Amino acid sequence: MLKNRIIPCLDVKNGRVVKGINFVDLQDAGDPVEQARIYSDGGADEICFLDITASNENRDTIYDVVEKTSKKCFVPLTVGGGVRSVEDINKLLNCGADKVSINTAAVQNPEVVVESSKKFGSQCIVVAIDAKKSDDKWEIFTHGGRNNTGIDTIDFAKKMEDSGAGELLVTSMDRDGTQVGYDIDLMSKISSKVNIPVIASGGVGNLDHLVDGIKLGNASAVLAASIFHYGKHSVKEAKEYLDSKGIPVRI
Amino acid sequence: MNVTIVDYNSGNISSVINSFKEVAKDKVNIEVTSDLNKIKFSDKVVLPGQGSFKSCVDALNNISGLVDTLNEFAINKKNPLLGICVGLQMFADVGYEETETKGLGWISGKVSKIDNQNGKYKLPHIGWNQINIIKDSKIYNDIQNNSHMYFVHSYEFIPKDKSVISATTDYSSKIACSVEKDNIFGTQFHPEKSDKTGLKIIDNFIKL
Repeated sequence: MLKNRIIPCLDVKNGRVVKGINFVDLQDAGDPVEQARIYSDGGADEICFLDITASNENRDTIYDVVEKTSKKCFVPLTVGGGVRSVEDINKLLNCGADKVSINTAAVQNPEVVVESSKKFGSQCIVVAIDAKKSDDKWEIFTHGGRNNTGIDTIDFAKKMEDSGAGELLVTSMDRDGTQVGYDIDLMSKISSKVNIPVIASGGVGNLDHLVDGIKLGNASAVLAASIFHYGKHSVKEAKEYLDSKGIPVRI
Repeated sequence: MNVTIVDYNSGNISSVINSFKEVAKDKVNIEVTSDLNKIKFSDKVVLPGQGSFKSCVDALNNISGLVDTLNEFAINKKNPLLGICVGLQMFADVGYEETETKGLGWISGKVSKIDNQNGKYKLPHIGWNQINIIKDSKIYNDIQNNSHMYFVHSYEFIPKDKSVISATTDYSSKIACSVEKDNIFGTQFHPEKSDKTGLKIIDNFIKL
């Protein structure tokens, strides 16, 4: 039986791990290579690096981090943040990333998703969707949550599936950093509309939120940052908890 | 000993390289090349593959003499070869991803899309699934039955002769997730991304 995945996400800036509360107030939480190794040894099903300020700054540090991590870490590694072109994707894959997540570029130029999934295969193309609730729908935000595009999230998710995305990483901008739980409504709506796996992100504050993301949000995988890297819970604890709630996990 | 990972522009192979180097340490030489002479004189060959069946077959055919060299290595000389993911799928006679494409024809059978049962099963089949080992295979030495392996694929290899299947995994149906025919081994899952258990499989292959 296919297991639900737990994916710790490390926000990386200038080669160091940080995690923002609503994308500001960054705090340093250590070396990404070591953290990734600790996570994979602890049973993380995948590791996700998000280069959060990559759109504005020198990106070369992330290539170095990916290269070093992929030599130490033998679970899938997803890297995103500031990925603009097929060439960026190629570079990250060559450094050892297994999947690349595309956010702003997928909205501005969906051809990047079409081209890259053809060239490298859908299995390594993740489209990261940042969505914020507005009345009875969700709108897509880009540039790390700074720009509202007004695009309907559900329509966009479907379009990305058709364009060749292998997975969708869906972040609720309303919930990110709040620790009050995933936007379950958003996750379940997207998951029911697409036939590719959905990774839920944004808002995890406790282990029950992970359970809800899978059971109620129908996510194939759950992504979380703060609850893991400030030592509140280990990945192992999270898996044991999910297992106790009847969710299939790899233990 | 020389183990060659065939570099034929089949997509991202850096994880395969990293994992083999990790396992080999400095005891075994890991070559990454499309040089026909190097492949010919290797002790073992690894055939990775990502992307579509068609794109991988096209990439193999684009390197003049490569298919002949692989045939010579694996079929005539019966040297050990491990296919990973689409590398395994290409053992088939034919694949149906994108368009009907002829495979290497090493193990009779076809590669078809996994039946998603009207959307009940999401595709790609991504993540960790358990393998049911049904045949005593050397690559499963010291690997427990029901171990978890990492999968990413939408197509499955359906061999004609079921006796080549060494393990299955449950996703929509019982998918052949590894095969063994004489000196030819293949895994649909990614041992290079399957943590310590996956590295053990790589170690078993290197030690064959």
